[in-house]
Amino acid sequence: MTVATYFDTMDYAPSTEDDSVARKWLADHGGRFGHFIGGRFTDPAKGLETREPASGKVLAEIAQGTDEVVNKAVAAARKAQKGWAGLSGHERAVKLYALARIIQRNARLLAVVEALDNGKPIRETRDIDIPLAARHFYHHAGWAQLKESQFPDHDPVGVIGQIIPWNFPLLMLAWKVAPALALGNTVVLKPAEATPLTALLFAELAEAAGLPAGVLNVVTGDGSTGETIVSHEDVDKIAFTGSTEVGRKIREATAGTGKSLTLELGGKSPFIVFDDADLDAAVEGVVDAIWFNQGEVCCAGSRLLVHEGVAEDFHARLAARMMTLRLGASLDKTIDMGAIIDADQRARIAAMVDRAVADGAELVQAQVAAPKDGTFYPPTLLCNVPATSEAATEEIFGPVAVSMTFRTPGEALQLANHSRYGLAASIWSENVNQSLEIAAGVQAGIVWVNCTNVMDAGVGFGGVKESGFGREGGREGCYDYLKPRAFAKAPERKPAQTAKAKMFAVAAVDRTAKLFIGGKQARPDGNYTRPVVGAGGEILGEVGEGNRKDIRNAVEAARGAASWGSKTQHNRAQILYYLGENLSARAAEFADRLRAMTGVKAEKAKAEVSASVSRLFSYGAWADKFEGAVHMPPMRGLALAVPEPLGVVGVVCPPEMPLLGFVSTVAPLIAVGNRIVAVPSEPYPLAATDFYQVVETSDVPAGVLNIVTGEAAALGKELAKHNDVDGLWAFGTLELAEAVERLSSGNLKRTFTDYGRAWDWSAPACEGEEFLRRATQVKNIWVPYGE
Amino acid sequence: MPEPAMTQSVAPAAAGHNAERNAGIPLDLALVNAVQVNRSASDRRAATLPGRRAVKGDAQSAWLVKAVTCIDLTTLNGDDTEGRVRRLCAKARQPIRHDLLEALGLGERRITTGAVCVYHRFVEAAVDALKGTGIPVAAVSTGFPAGLVPHEVKLSEIEASVRDGAQEIDIVITREHVLTGNWQALYDEMRDFRAACGEAHVKAILATGDLKTLRNVARASLVCMMAGADFIKTSTGKEGVNATLPVTLTMVRAIRQYQAMTGAKVGYKPAGGISKAKDVLTYFALMKEELGRDWLEPDLFRIGASSLLADIERQLEHRVTGAYSALNRHPIG
Repeated sequence: MTVATYFDTMDYAPSTEDDSVARKWLADHGGRFGHFIGGRFTDPAKGLETREPASGKVLAEIAQGTDEVVNKAVAAARKAQKGWAGLSGHERAVKLYALARIIQRNARLLAVVEALDNGKPIRETRDIDIPLAARHFYHHAGWAQLKESQFPDHDPVGVIGQIIPWNFPLLMLAWKVAPALALGNTVVLKPAEATPLTALLFAELAEAAGLPAGVLNVVTGDGSTGETIVSHEDVDKIAFTGSTEVGRKIREATAGTGKSLTLELGGKSPFIVFDDADLDAAVEGVVDAIWFNQGEVCCAGSRLLVHEGVAEDFHARLAARMMTLRLGASLDKTIDMGAIIDADQRARIAAMVDRAVADGAELVQAQVAAPKDGTFYPPTLLCNVPATSEAATEEIFGPVAVSMTFRTPGEALQLANHSRYGLAASIWSENVNQSLEIAAGVQAGIVWVNCTNVMDAGVGFGGVKESGFGREGGREGCYDYLKPRAFAKAPERKPAQTAKAKMFAVAAVDRTAKLFIGGKQARPDGNYTRPVVGAGGEILGEVGEGNRKDIRNAVEAARGAASWGSKTQHNRAQILYYLGENLSARAAEFADRLRAMTGVKAEKAKAEVSASVSRLFSYGAWADKFEGAVHMPPMRGLALAVPEPLGVVGVVCPPEMPLLGFVSTVAPLIAVGNRIVAVPSEPYPLAATDFYQVVETSDVPAGVLNIVTGEAAALGKELAKHNDVDGLWAFGTLELAEAVERLSSGNLKRTFTDYGRAWDWSAPACEGEEFLRRATQVKNIWVPYGE
Repeated sequence: MPEPAMTQSVAPAAAGHNAERNAGIPLDLALVNAVQVNRSASDRRAATLPGRRAVKGDAQSAWLVKAVTCIDLTTLNGDDTEGRVRRLCAKARQPIRHDLLEALGLGERRITTGAVCVYHRFVEAAVDALKGTGIPVAAVSTGFPAGLVPHEVKLSEIEASVRDGAQEIDIVITREHVLTGNWQALYDEMRDFRAACGEAHVKAILATGDLKTLRNVARASLVCMMAGADFIKTSTGKEGVNATLPVTLTMVRAIRQYQAMTGAKVGYKPAGGISKAKDVLTYFALMKEELGRDWLEPDLFRIGASSLLADIERQLEHRVTGAYSALNRHPIG
């Protein structure tokens, strides 16, 4: 090509970023890397090769992290943790600030290495990945500085095992490492085997920036290395970003270990285009949604939902736009998309597209040129995908959008929410009323109005449903790297001592407390009862022996009471106060019952009842005061952090303090709009069954609070297995905690347990924001503005 | 790497507007009112486009020379004189030093600016100075720049410029019609201007800096095209804000919509504020991405500029010699 031919064709010329500095860095390491442990690199060892997806050429050899290596890394992190946490917030802030600065000073090198290793365009690493990574360290340097003042009742979790994916290698490192370090934790990080290089380069830079040895350790390797980290006894928390399938396994593997866990998993995020949208802007939105990073994005807007009236026009514009996308080598500065990470992933994408076409989807594929070598896959749109097709429901993790139409806003919401996932959603409309209503109704952790795939360190990122739990970024993200000091010191719970049954209590009309389901007293399905033995061995009465069908019925009733979440906060507050009022009116009766069941002294029983009344008032107070935030990301607009209820939540109440334990767990959940299936204290269930008479007189809508008595462990397991239960709180034995966490993996419930430790339910720590945070998840709604 | 399938060679056009004219259509108010423009999304597209399409090396040189052929070399100052206009016309005839064109392998090509743009008073002199070159003279008109003289005066100004030999007329619209949503008035005015132009081609200056919102810009663009504008143009160069990328994006998308409706290809002219070679590459990339290859020729793309040419000349010399250039190494315009 000459100037004259370009003058005639007006084509782009390939424009290639210089990679000599990156190549030199690789050469300086001999093209072979060890792990980074305790502030130094171990000797390179036989292991895995990392390749350039754009050409298939080997970039470097990396070591395979064995059990021994992981042990060393965890030991180094453990050794460093106390000292790191012992620094003042300011001292840690200085170190994080240095990390931010050193990323910026080496931004171009990091961008080039990342583009080579991952195959994504240099434009993205240069303009998005690396600047955002630096921004994460800046933002979290701030949280380090403010930790003592902002989180005075929290301690760092300890040693964190972090496992990150190959799609945004350095950015995911930053999302994980920056908050962990800021709040006083130390880290063992395993980058993805396909993209380990920027993590190794970052470790080298961190050392140069003066990060103390052992605070950050990088162990490379494949999935088995990750498994070793997950199952390591001395790791206090696992933070994982990756597939839902692996996330489930991690949930099961860590069950009952007391390891804290955050999972950022897959998605099939809806991209909703209304008939009043700026269609050209929405088309460009699709480019940013699904043809960003080759579509290898967990929050990719991969499911287009288009208003039927504009669908034809929109698809025509989109098809035309696709044709001008450019594919090429990652260092070419004129491209939109690079190569898929490897041949397996490419084959997986191609197979899913083929199956969708076989199912009847209409294929629109950009006829764009790509280099011969390398694992390229063209931008792809599948129109009229049958809802039953795998491509319509499963994550493809490639540059493939599927499209469906809707008729009304309600139907858009129904289609959007009809998914096991709930990571992100993008809404395109010029009508603020419509946009915000859909934003409120869509089940997703991140909602973008008239934008997509925008992220910031100050705005929490993370999903709902099977897209995982936990948030990364912002204040909400900090809590995932902290633990409340009060709970950590609780003693192990002793088994409840119940007296041997001797006889029926005298002078009482026989009374069998039924279950309470859907606002009605219900006979247990199995038609069995269990006796409740009083402190003196007398039988105080009988309660229903709930079984899995009773759980099913209760969950159904709770699911049906969906309007509770949309009641006004004022209304929920009123009902909680009313519960307190009615309980107070029957205080003496409840105190007597507590005495009879547990044998506590009159004074103590009275105190438990009045503490319960007070707690109901507290959550009535909180109901209209547990607020969200308006984040301040660098853009013209608002990012609204809204705490939303989990949905249907099971509660296995603690065995001790049968009234206060019940109120302490149920009230915060109700206050923020959840619907409950509660399993009362197994040895002392009558306080809860008496309580439903209070419920019946306090205007609590049917189905909001359901009570199923019986064997706590068995009912807890049924709740854990139930795939229409969104959260499960379980207090009791360690075995219960283990079973609940393990069995919750089916739909990745948010769980909250005490791991067999007896909390003091009368203590201030057992009331308030910690419980409200556990009862909610933050949805971040991005609303850019400007006319 | 093989060329993308989209690539097609287009014979370079001679100076001037040689495309088929836009006949216009009846005013479709429903369509005008349905226009949606999201500003944040427009800003984002404009901000990220330059990063997606780097133009370097030979392609850059070619694109810069092409840009010269699209320039409406302009002088619109109160102190303009015939002598000043003749000097400008000389530059328009030979905007790039011949030795540079030789070195770039373009010695055989006839490279001129797209047009020369002046006030009515200097049309005759410019036509005379450009005799035989095929370079059209464009006259700003209709009470430029504010456009607030009586309607009849506007029409007679157009007619006078056409009589003096102007082949292109750059009219200014009455901003009041846009700001008050009086689309019928805007349509009627534009219709009259178009009729008064006769065979001369008409560019509608929207003065986007006065219209403020992108929605206004999009609606005004559509109305002017419906009324038969051959080109839509951003600004007079006298507003507080002149051509910007988000405004450009909005206008070219309106052009695309109008083409989809009618098949007519309307040209685009950003004016004011494009003074660097680098900026013009971004504008070209935007035209290419949003409208396609046809809009990279003076037929359908003009740049209203006075100092841009000098920067392009310096960049081209740098490309040829490897040494950074100075203004005084290129003939003055």
